[in-house]
Amino acid sequence: MSFHPNEVQRRGRAASFILAGAFTFLAAAFFRTQILEHAAYTLQSETNRLREVPLPAPRAIIYDRHGAVIAENLPGYSVSILARTSDSLRVALRGLSGVINLTPEQIEAAVRRFRQAPNRPTVVLADASFDVVSVLEEHRVDFPGLIIQAAPKRYYPDKEAVASFVGYTGEITESELNQRQYRAYKSGQEIGKAGLERQYEAQLRGKEGTHFVEVDARGRVVGEAGGRGDIAPESPDPLYTNIDLDLQRFGASLFGDTLQGGVMALDPKTGEVLAIHSAPSFDPNRFIGGVSTQYYSQLRDDPRRPLYNKVIQGLYPPGSTFKLATAIMGLEAGIVSLDDHMPQACSGGYFYGNRYYRCWEKKGHGDVNLRQAIEKSCDVYFYQLGLRLGITRMLAGGVTLKMRDKSGIDLPNEKAPIWPYAVEYFNKRYGPGGWSNGVVLSLAIGQGENSQTVANMAKFYTALATDGSVVRPEIVRRQTERTKLFQLTADQMEGLQRAMAGVVSSRGTAAGAQIQGVVIAGKTGTAQSGIYRNGIELNHAWFTGYAPADDPKIVIVVMLEQVPFHGSVAALIASKMIEHYLKRPTIQGAQLEG
Amino acid sequence: MIRKSVSDYPLVILALLLSAYGIAIVYSAGQTDFPVAYIQHAWERQLAWFALSIGAAYLIFRASVRLVDWMTWYLYLLSVGLLVITLLFGSGAGTAASVKGWLTIGGVRIGQPAELAKLTVVLMLARVLAARKDAPKSLLDLWKPAVVVGVPWLLIMAQPDLGTGIVFIGIFFALLYWSGVSWQLLALIASPAVSLILAFSTGLWGAWFLILIALVLYYRPYIVEGVVLVLANVAMGVIAPLLWERLAPYQQRRLLVFLDPSADPRASGYHVLQSQVAIGSGGWFGKGYTLGTQKRLAFLPAQHTDFIFSVVGEELGFIGVTLALALFLLLFMRVVRVASRANDSFGSLVAFGLGASWFVHVVVNVGMTLNLMPITGIPLPFFSYGGSFMLASWLAIGILLRISSEGRGRADTLAV
Repeated sequence: MSFHPNEVQRRGRAASFILAGAFTFLAAAFFRTQILEHAAYTLQSETNRLREVPLPAPRAIIYDRHGAVIAENLPGYSVSILARTSDSLRVALRGLSGVINLTPEQIEAAVRRFRQAPNRPTVVLADASFDVVSVLEEHRVDFPGLIIQAAPKRYYPDKEAVASFVGYTGEITESELNQRQYRAYKSGQEIGKAGLERQYEAQLRGKEGTHFVEVDARGRVVGEAGGRGDIAPESPDPLYTNIDLDLQRFGASLFGDTLQGGVMALDPKTGEVLAIHSAPSFDPNRFIGGVSTQYYSQLRDDPRRPLYNKVIQGLYPPGSTFKLATAIMGLEAGIVSLDDHMPQACSGGYFYGNRYYRCWEKKGHGDVNLRQAIEKSCDVYFYQLGLRLGITRMLAGGVTLKMRDKSGIDLPNEKAPIWPYAVEYFNKRYGPGGWSNGVVLSLAIGQGENSQTVANMAKFYTALATDGSVVRPEIVRRQTERTKLFQLTADQMEGLQRAMAGVVSSRGTAAGAQIQGVVIAGKTGTAQSGIYRNGIELNHAWFTGYAPADDPKIVIVVMLEQVPFHGSVAALIASKMIEHYLKRPTIQGAQLEG
Repeated sequence: MIRKSVSDYPLVILALLLSAYGIAIVYSAGQTDFPVAYIQHAWERQLAWFALSIGAAYLIFRASVRLVDWMTWYLYLLSVGLLVITLLFGSGAGTAASVKGWLTIGGVRIGQPAELAKLTVVLMLARVLAARKDAPKSLLDLWKPAVVVGVPWLLIMAQPDLGTGIVFIGIFFALLYWSGVSWQLLALIASPAVSLILAFSTGLWGAWFLILIALVLYYRPYIVEGVVLVLANVAMGVIAPLLWERLAPYQQRRLLVFLDPSADPRASGYHVLQSQVAIGSGGWFGKGYTLGTQKRLAFLPAQHTDFIFSVVGEELGFIGVTLALALFLLLFMRVVRVASRANDSFGSLVAFGLGASWFVHVVVNVGMTLNLMPITGIPLPFFSYGGSFMLASWLAIGILLRISSEGRGRADTLAV
């Protein structure tokens, strides 16, 4: 080889240059990666190692008007798995089902949740029992991605008694996730599904916190994330309602498990809902953390329809309770006064056209004026009053009295009552000439093409209990805006109120519902249901009224669905609630705020 | 001519510093949140190998360069023989399970003959080149060196161990250069390989071909050689796609991932990407010794072997990286100095070859952690866990010390 010292020296120098160049290049490459691109790589490294575990926020506590708890949160546990792929999730779930009982449905539900939110820990059990949690804690090392965390669990201490208005919560469904109103929600979260829980979801829902855990490349939870503090969940302010829990419980207990129907109590001056109950009810606590198929199908298949709110969704012919509306129309039109008699006295029925329209009282009521007709609920009188009004005025009057409108109560899924908007309704439905003027007779006594909700009848009777104006019934807020429903003179108003007081007197149809020291005013109603049991047609028995008659503090509507008796029985329940509400000592306790 | 009785202290100190740094990082590499016992205790074995290596280096240092020269033939034949045996009966290990690089007796892995071969090829090549009066001037002059490197190279490529193969090519070119082969001839020799790589783009290959023609015209080799070269380049351009087909799928993937690591972030590109994340997140001063999260949480692959430098980057930051690179640079400068001052051409070539071998290791391994080089799985000298390589490296240090101590006391022009 050419080994002359000068040449070696020259080659050595060239080699040194190559060395220096190569190392400068390497150092520059590291400088770019470590210094210039440091932020981007740090972010990626943090993303690698940290997983966010949502900390569920407790929902707002719901109080009644005196500070008694309607809905609260109990400590519970949820079990989730942090998985990277649905395959690794399935492996973990298979492992879990060797330790605790997991149904195939639960496993499928977990896989579905993972697909919807692969970056969040997948909830396996939303409400795990303490036993399950202790078993899992023992086997913790076997399930590296397992997360057991405290999860507040909704609880309704009064169970069935509050279910019809408070509703319940549940896991958000796939279709709900696609709705605009839930766009801020993530799979696995709890939302209000019914009642107040749903209506006031935005106020009741807390702000989810975040807990950071450190995971390794295989998704195993290594521990708490150092240096990255948790974001604490935020609990919202409690929700105060107008409900009088004591009255609510009492009302629910009167219905018990045997009667079916609905009751609603309002403060006539403010529209505050004091009590609202639909019977039979259900236990909302059994819906928390996922309702069992068995319980749900039991409720769904029950012919008494416990999941159907009979106060705001049930539509029933109002029967005689509607006679006050007919009377108001007559008085407003100036075609009748409280002392007016009708051409034909009641002999137990009335011939119109070629048909005989019965009065509920076969013996007949004789010759009565409007006041007596209300007290005794004389059908024959109202047939003639209806005829005197005529179909056009009758229908228009019903529209004015909001017999087609929802009550506007702050609960979801209220149904609108049915009332023909005009004569065209009959023409369209039966064809011109396909119906007779006889419909006006039925409408006048609250039968026929007329179906009302308990809520709307209660709202209507707040007008009778006050000055002819109504407010929207509200469970949470207090309404101040009153709408005039009808315009009567003070004398006419007083006359109607005296007539309604007569109903709950020895002269009236609800004589048995009188209580000591308080005058109740109201109206019974017995509407045919068209449903027969043991050969007898069952009725919808109504009582709509208020008390005390001279200074109304409570409007109450009781409707018993498909019962073999009359409105007088509904009046008994109403009077017991009125007695309970007015006579019991005032509850000392938390003041209503806001 | 002054015979130095004192050893080359800077060389020893640099090698000791690099070894200490390396063992410290091997220790850190074992500190993970879900420890793997084998990796956790790797540093203890590495320390034992280090002690053994120091002893071996001292013995080699005591032996004369003449003795080494005399032994070269036998060592070379021994290593080729071991490579053949390995190819027939070898086994894979660790991350390179598909590469049969380990010599196994009775199920016990006793070493990687390729490490020995790197040493002996340097020695043999130095012997062959030193025997010539002049530097090789034509392709025909190169048949002997080509055979010396080619035989073990083919045996290693058959394992298949692409990384070690690259090291052999590096040694080959470095020693040809050091023996005085002109850069034009080197370029001509390298041209078929360049053709092979550029063949994937017709345009690039065409451009290269024009440069090649210009080189041939300028350098004016023998007619036959010129024709052979041009034909070789054409042939490479043609067979490149065929060769590509013959590559194992994982090798194809690695090459593709080298071109674009984000193309396959979960699979092949994953390792490189995680290595870059580890290094990039280290910043100026790193996350602290043993505290690298990418390493602790097992995002970093082969953190005690192939990607050990990523641990340096993540835990000790740019400062730690610069320190390591500076130590390597100083070592290599020192080796160049030893080579420049060697007593004879054999010693000089051996010294330069040993340094070149390390240099290729460092550039390929460190480059790989930043995706500047494809993943080939060659270790980082003094850092990567592995007994054979530690022993081989320190044997090289021993030889270098001997060459240095026998070297001429010439004016120090390559001051380090």
